[in-house]
Amino acid sequence: MSLLELAGVGKQFRGLRALSDVDMSVSEGEIVGVIGPNGAGKTTLFNVICGALKPDSGRVRFAGDDVTGRRPEVLARAGMVRTFQLMRPFASMSVAENVSLAAQHHTRGAARLRGHAMDVVDRVGLAEWAHRPATELPTAGLKRLELARALAAGPRVLLLDEVLAGLLPAEREPVLDLLAELRERDGTTLVFIEHIMAAVMRLSDRVVVLDQGAVLATGTPDEVTADPRVIDAYLGEEPTTHADA
Amino acid sequence: MTATIDSEPRASVNLAVLKRAGMVGVLVAAAVVFALLKSGSGIVVWQSVVTGLLTGGLYGLIAMGLTLIFGVLDIVNFAHGAMLAVAMFISFGVVQATGLHPYLTMLVTVPALFLVGAAVHRGLLSGSGGATLENQLLITLGLSLLLENGLLMFFGAEPKNVTLPGETQFGVFGAVVSGSRLYAFLGAIALGLLLYWMLQHTRLGTAVRAVASNGPGAELVGINVRRIHTLTFAIGAACAGAAAALAVPLLSVTPTLGEQFNITAFVVVVLGGMGNVVGALVGGLLIGLVEQLTTIYLDGQSSLLGVFVVFVLVLFLRPQGLFGRRT
Amino acid sequence: MTDTATTGAAGATRATAAQAGTAPPLRPQNRQLLILAVLVLLAIPLPLILPPAQGAVAVRILIFLIMAVGWNIMSGFGGLFSFGHAAYFGLGAYTSAYLLVEHGVSPWVGMAAGMAVAAAVAMVIGYFSFRYNLKGAYFALATFAFAEMLRLVTTSTDAVNGAVGYQVPLIQGSSVWQLQFPAGSPAYFWIALVLAGLAVAVSILFRHSHAGRYVVAIRDDELAAASVGAPVMRHKLLTVALSAAITAIAGAFYTQYYLFIDPQLAFGSSVSIEAIVTAVIGGIGTIWGPVVGAVIVGSLSDVTATLLATPPEFLGFLQGRSGLDVILYAVMLILIVRLMPKGIFGTLAGKISERRRR
Repeated sequence: MSLLELAGVGKQFRGLRALSDVDMSVSEGEIVGVIGPNGAGKTTLFNVICGALKPDSGRVRFAGDDVTGRRPEVLARAGMVRTFQLMRPFASMSVAENVSLAAQHHTRGAARLRGHAMDVVDRVGLAEWAHRPATELPTAGLKRLELARALAAGPRVLLLDEVLAGLLPAEREPVLDLLAELRERDGTTLVFIEHIMAAVMRLSDRVVVLDQGAVLATGTPDEVTADPRVIDAYLGEEPTTHADA
Repeated sequence: MTATIDSEPRASVNLAVLKRAGMVGVLVAAAVVFALLKSGSGIVVWQSVVTGLLTGGLYGLIAMGLTLIFGVLDIVNFAHGAMLAVAMFISFGVVQATGLHPYLTMLVTVPALFLVGAAVHRGLLSGSGGATLENQLLITLGLSLLLENGLLMFFGAEPKNVTLPGETQFGVFGAVVSGSRLYAFLGAIALGLLLYWMLQHTRLGTAVRAVASNGPGAELVGINVRRIHTLTFAIGAACAGAAAALAVPLLSVTPTLGEQFNITAFVVVVLGGMGNVVGALVGGLLIGLVEQLTTIYLDGQSSLLGVFVVFVLVLFLRPQGLFGRRT
Repeated sequence: MTDTATTGAAGATRATAAQAGTAPPLRPQNRQLLILAVLVLLAIPLPLILPPAQGAVAVRILIFLIMAVGWNIMSGFGGLFSFGHAAYFGLGAYTSAYLLVEHGVSPWVGMAAGMAVAAAVAMVIGYFSFRYNLKGAYFALATFAFAEMLRLVTTSTDAVNGAVGYQVPLIQGSSVWQLQFPAGSPAYFWIALVLAGLAVAVSILFRHSHAGRYVVAIRDDELAAASVGAPVMRHKLLTVALSAAITAIAGAFYTQYYLFIDPQLAFGSSVSIEAIVTAVIGGIGTIWGPVVGAVIVGSLSDVTATLLATPPEFLGFLQGRSGLDVILYAVMLILIVRLMPKGIFGTLAGKISERRRR
């Protein structure tokens, strides 16, 4: 069943065609990787899907409903949650408070909210930082906080924007394990933008390649990395160019 | 500032400006016609138009300083009106003490306000404390209260008057205009054009425009951004100083005068487009018009009300103003 | 405020060694309510102890307190800087004055009506401002413009007595229902105390509620908050409405206490400025900041008035002048924003919680 569907999505900024005629379909429980060179429109795509931007053309469908242009909070409450490439913690709150805020829309009762938040904080490995101000977190911690907040919001679909960027190779493994677990244990659908090809290869069921705002190729990771157009536009001769560990 | 780092070709920019000018012209014409219908008297409307435009020149000069500060430093200088009031008191004081011609007090008020502006920027606004928008608003608000009440405490609240030596009346096709108003207008336009010329054709002006358009970039090409910031704030304050000398024969000088001009200056700046110096001048003329025509449209209501209505309309419908660019 | 308490079974297993075995500390909300209760109780005997002149200052402080609490909800918690809060103060004042003078309605009903009117107007202004994405300086200027427009319109509208304003008709003796007592009666203080206490209590409860947390998150980062389900428009409107309603209380009470209101007193910019200065000096965005600020700013005009009436030798030229109190709080404002931007209370609270964490 197609949980998330894009049909003919286009977005133009003054003088720049950011997205042109993007079609995409994600089934429930799938993990889809989105790759492409910088400026290809990946984050713009997420912005359009999640309501931060209105597309100029095309439709976005979530669980059968047309959600094109709906406000971000409506989509988040319906189960479509995203993380941001540039970390955006709530600076005046602690880590736990950041996380429990995301759970507010589906959990009532202070004790239950706190419990749920601490579970999520544990799960991403931030238990030690739970009551410290979010601003004290190092980069890796902030990335986990983004993830924790998104999880606490109770997503059916999780859209992750470069969740591994800025992490040391050793820090990436636990995150990848967690993401895999999300699909296995919770049945969460994942769509993730990533530059680190090893992660894309490991996690994705399917990969979508964007270039200059258009879908260049879709298919299994192996299919896509063998595609000469993709190699030309993004990967370079060696498919393992972007992999580190 | 009229930034030139833009990919749009000159022709289409000029066309857009013409279209906007046309629209404004139509609105003004409609406003005048409406006023004619409401009052039934051509001469009354003509008088309002003349008085409005002439007063508007002064508003434009004051607003030019304010918009310059905003365009270059991104600072909303709430204390602009208060600084104007200080300059007016200086002018009054100099005339009282030395009998100097009011307009010549510009020789004192402009440098004085220049120094005050530089001191305010260096002392209060540059550096971390003045970084956020809220902090700037609060600091300049505090400054305006300080200046205004300082004037109140030291000079008292009774209005002070300065008459222009050789004050006369002029007839302009049936409208009566006092010499002081006409000279203030001419002075304001002249100084405004001087400022515009300086920005466009001197090295300093180019540096100022560079900082306005791209601060980090300007730094990279060797411009001392902090010094430009202080200089710009000082120049903005000096505009108020110049306007003060021109305005002193026109009005009764009181400590709270600053507040009134402050409001008007902000409306003009928003109308013209924050950071746009030409917009400030044009906006000034328009607001001068609005002020006068309001008394015809809305009997018994303060002229300020019409100004605020325009203000709110601009804020909601076109916050970037006439000449600003949508962010 | 950082939540330092963990309760429940899940919390116990995560409790640090230091905490295990000790009773969990009071949740911040309850701690603050307790402190509020204590402060109110301590304040009750004040009008009986203080000389009449200071009694009036005390009432004035409470009025400032309510205004500052109201302003702080919108501009502190919500981050929506208002430069025109006089609009809501004045709407509260005028609604209750109009209903009382023209229709004989009790000032309490008038106060409630004023709160409703102020909240409605705030939501309308807010709705259009947020829809049209007015932010920062533009939003502040818009709020200022609205307050001024109300002042101008009120001044020239005969239906509300124009520039003359309203005088509250005097009654014989005391009446709680009419909110009028003999001049200098402690009842004014106690009623103001109840109102101020309620205002602070509401702000405490709001701050710690789900809605309040959403509001703060929206202030910190609107898009991130929306992306985790925070209903942005709804909460911004709630914030401005609550803020306006509380400020209107101050306006309505002011009218009854001073027995007079006119457009300048109701909608003048000094009202807006007092709200801002009080909250900022005390500590913007905190619960107790407005309280601390009100005590400071509220007593200032009294202190300076005595100074100006009978100045010491070297300040003789100040005799009979006005404006010193404003100068003082303007200087304080500038110093605080530059040196202690969290305000007096905010900075102290920050230092204490920092030390506690070490």
